[in-house]
Amino acid sequence: MSKMITRRQFLKGGGVTVAAVGLGTTLGFNLTATAAAVKDLRIKDITPVPTVCPYCGSGCGLVVYSEKKNGKFVKLLSVVGDPDNPVNEGCACPKGAAMFNLREIYDEHGKQVINPKRVPKPLYRAPGSEKWEEKEWDWMLDEIAKRVKETRDKSFIHKEKLADGSEVIVNRTEKIASIGGSALDNEECYVLSKMMRSLGLVYLETQARLCHSPSVGGLAPSFGRGVMTNSMIDMKNSNVALLMGSNMTETHPIGMKWLTKARLDPKRKAKIICVDPRYTRSAAIADIYCPMRSGTDIAFLGGMIKYIIDNNLYLKDYVVKYTNAAFLVRDDYDFKDGLFSGWNESKKSYDVTSWNYKYDESSNILKDETLQDPRCVFQLMKKHYERYDIDTVCKITGSPKGKYLEVLNMFCATGAPDKTACICYAMGITQHTVGSENIRAFAIVQLLLGNIGRPGGGINALRGENNVQGATDMALLYHYLPGYIDSPTASADYKDLINYIRKTTPGAAKLPFTNLAEFRALSAAGIKNSGWRVHTSKWIVSLLKAWYGDNAKADNDFAYHYIPKRVDGKNYSHIGLFEAMYKGEIEGLFVNGSNPVVGGPNANKEQEALTKLKWFVCIDLWLHETAEFWSYKAWERPVKNDKVKSITPKDIQTEAFFLPAAAVYEKEGTAASTSRMVQFRWKGADPVGESKADLWIINEIGKRIKKLYAGSTRPDDEPITKLTWDYDNLNDKEEPDVLKVANELCGFNVADGKPVEGFGKLMDDGSTTCGCWVYCGATTWKDGKMFYKAQSRKKDDPGGLGLFPSWGWAWPMNRRIVYNRCSVQPDGVTPWPGDDDRRLVWWDPTKPADATKPDVLGTWTGIDVPDFIKTTGPDKPSFTDAFIMRWEGKGCLFAATTSMKDGPFPEHYEPWESPLAPILNKTAVNPATKVWEPDKQGKTDQYPIIATTFRLTEHWQTGALTRNLPWLAELMPNMFVELSEELAREKGIENGKNCIVSTTRGDVEAVACVTKRVKPFFLDGKTVHEVALSWQYGFKGYATGDPANRLTPHIGCANTVCPEYKAFLCDIRRA
Amino acid sequence: MANMTNLYDSSKCTACRGCQVACKNWNQLPAAIEPFTGSYQTKESTDADTYTIVKMTEYEHPVDGIQWKFAKFQCMHCLDPECMKACPRGAYSKTETGATNHDLNKCIGCQYCTYACPFEVPKYRKREDKVAKCTLCSDRTAAGLKPACVTTCAPGALEYGEREDLLAKAAERVKYLQMNGFPNATIYGRTELGGLNKIYILTNSPDKFGLPVNPKAYGQVNFWQNWVQPYFGWLIPLALAGSAVSFVTTRMLANKHAAHDAEHGEGVSE
Repeated sequence: MSKMITRRQFLKGGGVTVAAVGLGTTLGFNLTATAAAVKDLRIKDITPVPTVCPYCGSGCGLVVYSEKKNGKFVKLLSVVGDPDNPVNEGCACPKGAAMFNLREIYDEHGKQVINPKRVPKPLYRAPGSEKWEEKEWDWMLDEIAKRVKETRDKSFIHKEKLADGSEVIVNRTEKIASIGGSALDNEECYVLSKMMRSLGLVYLETQARLCHSPSVGGLAPSFGRGVMTNSMIDMKNSNVALLMGSNMTETHPIGMKWLTKARLDPKRKAKIICVDPRYTRSAAIADIYCPMRSGTDIAFLGGMIKYIIDNNLYLKDYVVKYTNAAFLVRDDYDFKDGLFSGWNESKKSYDVTSWNYKYDESSNILKDETLQDPRCVFQLMKKHYERYDIDTVCKITGSPKGKYLEVLNMFCATGAPDKTACICYAMGITQHTVGSENIRAFAIVQLLLGNIGRPGGGINALRGENNVQGATDMALLYHYLPGYIDSPTASADYKDLINYIRKTTPGAAKLPFTNLAEFRALSAAGIKNSGWRVHTSKWIVSLLKAWYGDNAKADNDFAYHYIPKRVDGKNYSHIGLFEAMYKGEIEGLFVNGSNPVVGGPNANKEQEALTKLKWFVCIDLWLHETAEFWSYKAWERPVKNDKVKSITPKDIQTEAFFLPAAAVYEKEGTAASTSRMVQFRWKGADPVGESKADLWIINEIGKRIKKLYAGSTRPDDEPITKLTWDYDNLNDKEEPDVLKVANELCGFNVADGKPVEGFGKLMDDGSTTCGCWVYCGATTWKDGKMFYKAQSRKKDDPGGLGLFPSWGWAWPMNRRIVYNRCSVQPDGVTPWPGDDDRRLVWWDPTKPADATKPDVLGTWTGIDVPDFIKTTGPDKPSFTDAFIMRWEGKGCLFAATTSMKDGPFPEHYEPWESPLAPILNKTAVNPATKVWEPDKQGKTDQYPIIATTFRLTEHWQTGALTRNLPWLAELMPNMFVELSEELAREKGIENGKNCIVSTTRGDVEAVACVTKRVKPFFLDGKTVHEVALSWQYGFKGYATGDPANRLTPHIGCANTVCPEYKAFLCDIRRA
Repeated sequence: MANMTNLYDSSKCTACRGCQVACKNWNQLPAAIEPFTGSYQTKESTDADTYTIVKMTEYEHPVDGIQWKFAKFQCMHCLDPECMKACPRGAYSKTETGATNHDLNKCIGCQYCTYACPFEVPKYRKREDKVAKCTLCSDRTAAGLKPACVTTCAPGALEYGEREDLLAKAAERVKYLQMNGFPNATIYGRTELGGLNKIYILTNSPDKFGLPVNPKAYGQVNFWQNWVQPYFGWLIPLALAGSAVSFVTTRMLANKHAAHDAEHGEGVSE
């Protein structure tokens, strides 16, 4: 400020002030006419363009108002919540409300300018350079295509010898990897998955690995699918909501809109329970807050299972008919000292043979519906959780006994037939060495209480990225193909298409067939213990037709061999990928909207791994921490630590290509929300500078790679040369045609090119194509052209339960609440007593299922699309098999055979780094978990404090998409660590001052947030402190701080290798 | 016309601060980024580019344990606004619907209002030499829209409507809260300072939310308004003249110094 006198200084000038202040009263109290006073609204007469929020997975709608001149985009006027969208009804959390900043900002003078952090031109960084150079798109894309070809060609494996001496085509390269994609649109994810697989990539991973991979790992073995069972809106139908492992109020703010409605609804009078290591904004609004030490969820839930059984609180008819409670289990199944039967110490894994049911001679599962047989699942489960009494549980979890009891009472009361409760969870549950089993424990609780498949119930796996559901559906993960069908391995089981079908179709293993025709005949006759997956052959053949078109023929196994086969048993997941990169085994990397330097576990190591790459392609809106991992700033550390490398740009020989991507509302496409609802995003603004939609980028790279291989006759190159790749827009040269992609991924009939109207119509004879069978039915033929139901914006709500069947489209087949067969009693007609208004579907014996066969009466009908085979009536034994995607047809309390790697019942194990010796069993850590870095395990002598990480309302994931927005940076400007007043006193740490947090992996500096909201735990007689770090910061953007993941370990869930971010050991000191 | 206002329900607010950003989005305000100092609240109060914030207060309850209370904080649009009385240029006015409007064209940036306000809400915006504050989105409401903060509020903690209706609603809600775990629940804004045109449902006493329990107008304003002005109204023109002269001369002198300093390269920043 200059020395010009300010009015403030003048005002401080004593007596005159009084006189002047008095003056105001004489100058009128005039009521100005509002109409005259207001300026014309800047959004007047502008038609807004709808899109979907790019942050969490809730699927809130937003609308973009922009100024146009002669039909051309000039600038944004405003971006706000979409008032028509039923998910958010016009509301927006701070992230959604800040969407304007994604493209434009108001600078310090109040002037509207393009967000200066956006990148307008492609950038290139030469090996050893310390700066970016601007380049032309053509040059960049051609160079990238060349790098891909060069690396692929020298590392490609076409054929491999198996152990039995036979040869198998594998078409694989392990030298190129691709990560990210969960922030892309479905169509982009699909073509990315297709392109990468055609190149032979097996290191193919998306953010789902780091967040919700255990959801699939825990939900699919329980219910058949890995999806959130209900929807955001459906929370309004709940009687009780348990937020456990999710700080939903902060991370999925719109959820509170619906829970608040449930609270205020006199019919529901919903209560909210928050279980969390720290008192969060979720705790602040909850009816009950119960603290729980990080990593003790199974102890907490095991106690709940015991409480439900001991007090007869389960919904008996539901448990008997809809779950496998009555099934008898083999006599050699056992559990002792923390180990299930079949443990192989040398292999560090289980032989799961004994984890199976008993069968009669005709392969029917034996059962006892009285639930009394000591070998029935129910009795085995009761026995398993006998040890989980309330006192033992509280010793482990550190929960105050009184609070724990309150939770048990309130939640378990929803076993009453007229009550439903939902569980909302996210990373607090998944990011553990027992992540998948944590979710299994939820599944058991909810099945016992009869809360699955019913409005207001369910297990709401809250997805944190706007299209992580879609990226998962499109299989941007190494271990399966689009639609959750196995990705083949180099083994006899997968050596050709027939073996693939034998392996992946439940019940087909021992059937006599040698070709598709024979299989079809058997399938038509019915395959026992198969469920809906009996149709796998149709899904894989239709997928191959989508990818290889006319080149996929019956006589070449429908081009099955072009799909890369990974090494059997090898782990290609995120941690494995970075371990391989660290060892120099990977040469090239694609990073699609992902930021592992902030978000990866053991981020110091992952950053160092990047330096070993020969080339890397980063596609993003911002130059985030990963894009600039080679810069000086990236290697600055708060303290000197011999174990942590410091490298200068000149020593980093990685060639970097940065491709600027368009923002969400600068392109079009669809996103699948956490509720599986697919919604269309229209284009509301032009991309900044030369930035391009990811679809354009992937399409261009694909085209250029195909061009480089054009003319090749080598069998190695066939997966590329034979690939269908036709997405150019015929009308508009610039952008590829999103609807063309949609048509391919949702499926069409080869004969006429018209959409396949549902996956029931897919065939395995090459007459249908479908890139991802679960999306089949999302397109239809209307008025002489294809209509994408994701564009549907009608708001009818039959039943008033918030299903909104005509808004967007939900997979599978527009079912809004899956497993909805359970919303009626086993007789298929009667609602649960006292619960008439929450019945979703029912059996109607008077109506025909098929209008063309009016005399065949009897069909499932209702206000939701039945998640059941329409014609399955009471005369069929499968009438109560409510879980059609499970081969048993039942909700699984016991996860049989190969479902889980670490046990058919969830068992509590301590986190890899834990302050406590095991109490419940003799096994400290989940025995089936792969230990990647045994030397990095922190022990309590050096690291006595528990650490966990968390997210904030104001930032999203690694912060690239929020720390670059000034409005959000303002709300949460720096990285911080929350600690208790007790610990702060002990360590001499002051609120607002910096401190250092250290683990065996490194150190971070953080602002201390000393708060009453964090309290020490009393565990088995001793006091243990826990600190919590916000992990969403890095050295770039407007809001900065050290990435907390420099502290987290390289270890993960035994089933899915989702990293254990949420419980590790650290020490803390004053900076 | 009836007073139209916001009802804020602290029992529903999740402190997501969507309102804070929506306000900036509508009012086209830049960010004012300050370092994190140990509280989620980040900003102690409103500022010239931040018309609304959410106050977050932690305390320990002997029985219920830790409590974290949230209160949206912005201009209260008082029925009898002190800012308006303090403004020498009549930049403040009450709209027909009860908003305290502030006309930037009339504002001379004197900042008397920033001192007069019992809540210290209006703030000086240096780049324009004006004072700025919440307008209750008068432009939006006149066009039939709700205020930006209300529209964006996910849990429905904010409502816009007629003050009398909202007060009735608030009374009912407070009664419910008092019987359901919040014995000290109360309405804020009904009587404070003769009535605020922002109504709060609080689950505990105002101090637990960082709000003044019994907000008072500053003595100077009251003294002048209630005592001096009615009897010594004729003094006002004199005071005006005095203050104007004083202001102008002080400023002229200072500016002269500044110009002098600048010429001699001494115009350092403070």
